[in-house]
Amino acid sequence: MMRILSGDSPKSALLAVLLVAILLSLAFAPFLFPGSRSLETAARICIFIVLVASYDLLLGYGGIVSFAHTMFFGMGAYGLAIATDRIGTSYGALILGALAGTAVAGVVALLTALLSLRVRAIFFAMITLAIASAVAVLVSQLSGFTGGEDGMNIRIPRELTPAFRLFDAEVLGQRINGKVVNYYLVFAGSLILFLTMLRIVNSPFGRVLLAIRENAFRAEAIGYRVVYYRALATCLSAMIAALAGALFAIWLRYVGPATTLGMEIMMDILLIVVIGGMGTMYGAVVGTTIFVLAQNYLKSLMGGLSEATAGLPLIPDLLNPDRWLLWLGVLFILSVYFFPTGIVGRLRGTR
Amino acid sequence: MSQPSLVTRDLTVRFGGHVAVDHVSCAFTPGELTAIVGPNGAGKTTYFNLISGQIRASEGRVELMGQDITRLAPSARTEAGLGRAFQLTNLFPRLTVLENVRLVVQARERRGFNLWTMAMGHRDLIAEAEAVLERVRLTAQRDQTVSALSHGDQRKLEVAAMIALKPRVFMFDEPTAGMSVEEAPVILDLIAGIKADPAATVLLVEHKMDVIRSLADRIIVLHNGALVADGPPAEVMASAVVQEAYLGKELTDV
Ligand SMILES: Nc1ncnc2c1ncn2[C@@H]1O[C@H](COP(=O)(O)OP(=O)(O)OP(=O)(O)O)[C@@H](O)[C@H]1O
Ligand SMILES: [Mg+2]
Repeated sequence: MMRILSGDSPKSALLAVLLVAILLSLAFAPFLFPGSRSLETAARICIFIVLVASYDLLLGYGGIVSFAHTMFFGMGAYGLAIATDRIGTSYGALILGALAGTAVAGVVALLTALLSLRVRAIFFAMITLAIASAVAVLVSQLSGFTGGEDGMNIRIPRELTPAFRLFDAEVLGQRINGKVVNYYLVFAGSLILFLTMLRIVNSPFGRVLLAIRENAFRAEAIGYRVVYYRALATCLSAMIAALAGALFAIWLRYVGPATTLGMEIMMDILLIVVIGGMGTMYGAVVGTTIFVLAQNYLKSLMGGLSEATAGLPLIPDLLNPDRWLLWLGVLFILSVYFFPTGIVGRLRGTR
Repeated sequence: MSQPSLVTRDLTVRFGGHVAVDHVSCAFTPGELTAIVGPNGAGKTTYFNLISGQIRASEGRVELMGQDITRLAPSARTEAGLGRAFQLTNLFPRLTVLENVRLVVQARERRGFNLWTMAMGHRDLIAEAEAVLERVRLTAQRDQTVSALSHGDQRKLEVAAMIALKPRVFMFDEPTAGMSVEEAPVILDLIAGIKADPAATVLLVEHKMDVIRSLADRIIVLHNGALVADGPPAEVMASAVVQEAYLGKELTDV
């Protein structure tokens, strides 16, 4: 068990329970929560856990602020979309597209890092912002290649679509259709990527990243070439984000600027990392689950509450579903105020 | 007489018009402890920064074991055999005492780019870090975070990191600064222990006269960035230029 977790125990009974609950819920989501909307939510949680964790690798461990994380996410998704568009529908095209997108993400990340991290970490943040904006513009301009603002529909192999039946019998009252198969592809891919990151942050390399975050000057003085470590962290983080993007594209069977490249997603990632707890990896799991659930169900919950309190003054108005973003903001401020080290930091009892 | 391990040739740095280190040429040999003295602002720390690479030289060269290291990054100089302890405590404050030393051993063994093994699985690195903590008597504080340590223990940890690094050239910048009279001798004993190794070259910036007298084989004096005296302790302390520049004012017996 500890080997799988790379020796990184949750260090809090409550956190361990939460993590196991989330893992089991996601592992059995098609049976526990039937319905396409809940499966949609579960898949989104899986993918965003990887996306947020890969950002935590950069920010929480490396101490590097980047605004280009969704760009790398998008590179994986677009790589897959373009490959299936050009080559045709096949598993080979899926794999090739995912790998090509990941390779491009890795190279772009490495070049950006080597060129800008030498100067100063804050410079890197600005450069990533500029590059991400430029790429977003490019994607919407090159519509012949990327589908522009409309995005691209992706034709994936039939075994991964709802039209496919794995077998006729039902399992736990559920038809196993291609959508469920697709979900398990997403789930397994996400789990492997997450465990890989857990392994990286607990390796000698991960320790150096923590040291650099703590005191880069000192890390350099004792013999670690800080630029190279930061560049490698940037590169790994970008490549994992791209793989998450490829999974997302397979799941949605669509890719467009808003679903992968948008600044809103970048903001969500930042919020989740902070809410969950920076530099913990597990924060990505807990934070993403809470955030995506809130995003998906806060609205309907508020609608219900608003109706239930219809007779009272002011309250129904405050609980109007249109105000959900306001409440999410309030939740965020409260969580940062009360748990400055994030949910995981709080559960572990560190200040 | 053995070959010098560290040489600076006309080493110079200017900040604007101000020359902080002014054409300092000096050679340091293994088995020798050189005390570097001079009034506040004389350029001692800046001279160290030029040697270990935190500041780039405007002019001149630094050679380590015959190799020109003037343009290398600080980490590359450390890899080449330079060890630097800082005047202001400079550690990883939120990491544990053990981790602070373990990271140094890991750097020296060049295992930092190992991505696929568990850091805690490298038992040899941990064992060595523990042995160093034992030597500086910080074993009891092994799992405390550095920020929870007393100032004296933090200074001890800096020396521990130097011991763990096993450099050819040790550079200490006022290692006992801000320490109580009871704590300082522990640090000085450790430095004496390092000096006992005939392969070690030690540079020590120090204000306290009794410390210099008991440890130094040689004194160099910096004044306004320039090297104004160099020689055996007794000789340097007696010289007129030093008396005038420095000794009359600050280098007093405590
Ligand atoms: N990065 C810098 N930029 C500008 N001036 C600097 C810089 N570093 C040092 N100086 C100046 O260089 C001179 C030498 O400073 P330095 O710290 O080397 O003195 P020092 O001999 O170590 O003094 P102390 O005994 O107080 O530690 C000082 O006048 C200082 O203000
Ligand atoms: Mg100084």
